[in-house]
Amino acid sequence: MNTSNLVLIRKNQTDISDVVRAAYDELTIGKKNNLKRRKLFNTLFRCLCALAVVLAVSVLVVLLSSVFIDGWQWLDWQFLTDFPSRHVEKSGIKSGIFGSVMIIVITMITAIPIGVGSAIYIQELMRESWLKSFVKTNISNLSGIPSIIYGILGLAVFVRILGFDRSILAGALALSLVILPIIIIATSEALAAIPNSIRNAALALGATKWQMVRDHILPNAWAEILTGVILATSRAFGETAPLLIVGALSYAAFVPEGIFDYFTTLPIQIFNWTGRPQAEFHQLAAAGIIVLMAILLVTNSLAIFLRNQFKRKII
Amino acid sequence: MKQKFTKKNKVKIDETVLTTLLKTFAYSTIGITVGIVVILFSESSHFFAEISLSEFLGSTKWTPLLEPRHFGVIPLVYGTVLVAGGALVIAVPLGVLIAVYLSEYASVRSRKIFKPILELLAGIPSVVFGFFAITTITPILRYLDPEIQIFNALSAAIVLAVMVLPLIASISDDAIRAVPKSMRDSGYALGATKSEVVLSIVIPAALSGIISSCILAFSRAIGETMAVTLAAGATPQLTLSMKESIQTITAYIVQVSMGDTPHGTIEYQSLFAVGVVLFLIIVAVNMSAQLVVKRFQRKYV
Repeated sequence: MNTSNLVLIRKNQTDISDVVRAAYDELTIGKKNNLKRRKLFNTLFRCLCALAVVLAVSVLVVLLSSVFIDGWQWLDWQFLTDFPSRHVEKSGIKSGIFGSVMIIVITMITAIPIGVGSAIYIQELMRESWLKSFVKTNISNLSGIPSIIYGILGLAVFVRILGFDRSILAGALALSLVILPIIIIATSEALAAIPNSIRNAALALGATKWQMVRDHILPNAWAEILTGVILATSRAFGETAPLLIVGALSYAAFVPEGIFDYFTTLPIQIFNWTGRPQAEFHQLAAAGIIVLMAILLVTNSLAIFLRNQFKRKII
Repeated sequence: MKQKFTKKNKVKIDETVLTTLLKTFAYSTIGITVGIVVILFSESSHFFAEISLSEFLGSTKWTPLLEPRHFGVIPLVYGTVLVAGGALVIAVPLGVLIAVYLSEYASVRSRKIFKPILELLAGIPSVVFGFFAITTITPILRYLDPEIQIFNALSAAIVLAVMVLPLIASISDDAIRAVPKSMRDSGYALGATKSEVVLSIVIPAALSGIISSCILAFSRAIGETMAVTLAAGATPQLTLSMKESIQTITAYIVQVSMGDTPHGTIEYQSLFAVGVVLFLIIVAVNMSAQLVVKRFQRKYV
């Protein structure tokens, strides 16, 4: 079939080189092989990639500016020092800020020692075995579990079984479950970055394993560990779902006095205001978001500063 | 001599105590996993004592707070998958294109600008995205199409896409950067243009990383709570239209927790039952991500 076609073409065509060229174009990639088209596609593809980046950046810009425009007018000293209220102009975030700070402090007290300690044990002291890889796999699986599941666990264990009720303690413990895997993974990475020569040198001089960790590994890794811990903390600060499940109040006009008090937090206050239909409350939510983002910005900048400042160069 | 000996002994004892403490910490992480499984299944067993498993998995109505009560989990699962799937449809092409730009086209300087911007986007708390969905995305959608309800699945999908975008972009970026330069160079040596090298050499080589980033993004989108609760509303229903309100599993859990449901009621127990479903979906999705990496990962030297 093909050969007969070619023969036919050859009979009708006068210039044989045209036939060859046409066949070449037809048989190879064809239209796609056209260099002009290919170059045009190349340029278009590059533009498409750049466009995706521009789109993502502009979403961020729109998000930040819409929050800023909505919330700026409500942001004053009174907003920080008043309790929430039905009256928009008298509303503030005092109870949210106090609740958030207390929650975060207890979360850090429980999560940091356990997180950093587990990472040190797993990374430095544990022998290579199936148990070690099992523990490691388990931790990476835990980090993939959504925070709301930890909220449910906290509701059952801390609120009901241990009887902490809907208290700051119960919320903080649930929250520390959420950030524990994050802290362990960050610390493990920091420890893994320390070269083996340092370990061998310490052990060769007769140090025990713990002396090696205390005197040689931790002094070299602490800035990285601290960075990870701060990032995890700022994650916990913005976390809302587990605290809602554990039973944080969405309206609280008091400052919690102890760890067994009821509480609300800043993100939950924002959630409450955002969920209301009135636009004024949305503006209050925006003002709350500005405060929240400002706090997160400060902590995250601190983390980045630490990472850059104290990064030791180990060869 | 004797003093030295005791000192050494003391060091050893201190070390044993510390090591035991750290060991307890490390093994307690296994306890968390066990705790999740035990609590979810034992608490939901009370639920399944009253509601049969066939109604839970078979009924297409979920009305636990209204009479007549129905406990069919399908609408919740459907709402969850609809929103998370919609998010992926938007976020995967964008995320991969961003990753390609960052790793292939961007100069060192612009990379240093855009990477932190992505990290910033990833660090924004989800309740802020919920605010963004309600005050910006939904009004824009409703302006474009007045038929769209105030609470709608589309807005939730879009905001979820924004939330998982940094995850897809940064993992895909890592995967693409792991493709060795020699493979790109052989493409150029054959006369391919840059876009041809990217599309027919680099992306196929990095495919396992890209796919696993997408699966992880799916898992993140399924477990996401606050933004979806705010944007998609609380109407569990099987609808093909993304213009209408739906309810996700996570949004239902929030709805029950927000109300004062006493311990022991069927609503309270249903929380654990849908929690089990959410947990199983997440575990299945995460495991499939690990499977993809194991199965398709190729190491290039």
